Amino acid sequence: MNKANHQPEYAVVVKDLTVQYGNILALQEINLTIAKGDFVGIIGPNGSGKTTLLKSILGLVRPTTGAISVLGMPPREACSQIGYVPQMTNIDRDFPITVGEAVLMGRLVGKAGLFHRYSQDDRIVVQHYLEHLEIAKLVDRQIGQLSGGQLKRVLIARALVSEPQILLLDEPTAGVDAHSSSQIYELLKELNQSITIIIVTHDTMAVSSYLKSIACINQTLYYHGDPNLSSELIMSVYGCPVELIAHGVPHRVLGQHEQGGLRC
Amino acid sequence: MLEAIVHYSFMQHALLAALLSSVACGIMGTVIIEKRLVMMSGGIAHTAFGGIGLGYYLSIEPMIGALAFSSLSSLGIASLKRNSHTNSDVLMGMFWPLGMALGILFISFAPGYPPDMTSYLFGDILTVSRSDLIYMLVLDAIILLTITAYFNLIVVYLFDEEFGTALGLNMTFIDYLIFFMIGLTVVVIIRVIGIILILALLCVPPAVARMYTNNLKKMILISIGLGVVFCLLGLWISYQLELASGAAIVIVSVLAYFLAVGLERIGFGKHRPMTVRESAPSNL
Repeated sequence: MNKANHQPEYAVVVKDLTVQYGNILALQEINLTIAKGDFVGIIGPNGSGKTTLLKSILGLVRPTTGAISVLGMPPREACSQIGYVPQMTNIDRDFPITVGEAVLMGRLVGKAGLFHRYSQDDRIVVQHYLEHLEIAKLVDRQIGQLSGGQLKRVLIARALVSEPQILLLDEPTAGVDAHSSSQIYELLKELNQSITIIIVTHDTMAVSSYLKSIACINQTLYYHGDPNLSSELIMSVYGCPVELIAHGVPHRVLGQHEQGGLRC
Repeated sequence: MLEAIVHYSFMQHALLAALLSSVACGIMGTVIIEKRLVMMSGGIAHTAFGGIGLGYYLSIEPMIGALAFSSLSSLGIASLKRNSHTNSDVLMGMFWPLGMALGILFISFAPGYPPDMTSYLFGDILTVSRSDLIYMLVLDAIILLTITAYFNLIVVYLFDEEFGTALGLNMTFIDYLIFFMIGLTVVVIIRVIGIILILALLCVPPAVARMYTNNLKKMILISIGLGVVFCLLGLWISYQLELASGAAIVIVSVLAYFLAVGLERIGFGKHRPMTVRESAPSNL
């Protein structure tokens, strides 16, 4: 729908993206442009391919057909410009590592030389972000001794220390209580003043109050645009899956679909 | 035993062998339990038996055969794990006995009387030769150098491989490197504790060490120290009671683990034993 695919004003351009795992079609013919400075939520039911889309943008999943450009580059070349915040379930909380060491890891971007050691600069940047995210006092804690919200901040700090232009978050509020998740959204909103943020989420709270746009995905892209469109309209016009719709809440797209026994 | 160490070169060799194998075990054992590659390591160890058999069949040094087999199979297993959809448990269920089967086959083809395989299967620290010590030293040096050179990358690989890939780091290379070094480690410790008992010396020292530290480097150093203690204690017991040294070392190690768990229960340690991974709540 937009004229070109390598315009510098776009953070991410996804063109005719199809991803197949063996016989399973995860994503089909996705076309999506994300403007610089956007705060976009990728939304869809379980198994809809939203994490696949996120991983394609990161270059972790290779497109079967189609192409993705991140800041005008292929994803693998843009990796120094993307900060990635994985789901907390990916993290082994038993691992013998402190908050400081875990965040320092983010400074490894692109540098893979032999006998690499972190520099004083690396440590200064890490300290800055730890303070910014209000976790500086936790620097020597083992990561298993953190609350869900604190660990999330650690993962966000780790993604930020490479000073990326785009931040990608997979389920930023999964496993975090309501108070901490609104703090995390406030933080993301503030970060959004200087960087583009893309999140994959189930979270109803975020949709209308924080996101600038949403992309509704279930194998194909159903809707991309203003998050405040009424749910009925989205459903009738774009065919977003019915179980996503919150009944009687006009400005919320997502509903309680997890109650159907899908919760892991 | 001290007197024996002064007088007999086989006791000096045993002492050095304990030290050298503990270095390899402390480093790679830590990697293996943090990356949950214990069964993979068992599989790689058992393929080494095929190499020992091949060594006898071709009349070359069996440990050269073991080195070739375990390093090639480690790379093969790493590649299959990455590129096939076969469950890694199933892979091990095949490689583990395949290595043993090849070993038996080669030995039955070997000319002359069948050799006694006990020392390869169960280890015999008292028969470690000077040339054994030299290759152990070389392999230790390779492992130590590699872990130092790639330490930061290996930490990322162990903690969050996907994040490393997203950073543009070559995690595939590190994966192969780690598997290759597991192959080398196996060869370092075969003479001390034997193929069948290897997992004890790989798992127990880091499993105990992680109860006392939250730092990966310290965990490696404590593991090396514990490895030396277990080997020497096992050696002493086997010397005093005339028992098989490999078996004595394993029993000492496992008893030490239970002792450490017991001590932790009553308040020593960091309350962080090797348990089932704590699963974070998920809203998936």
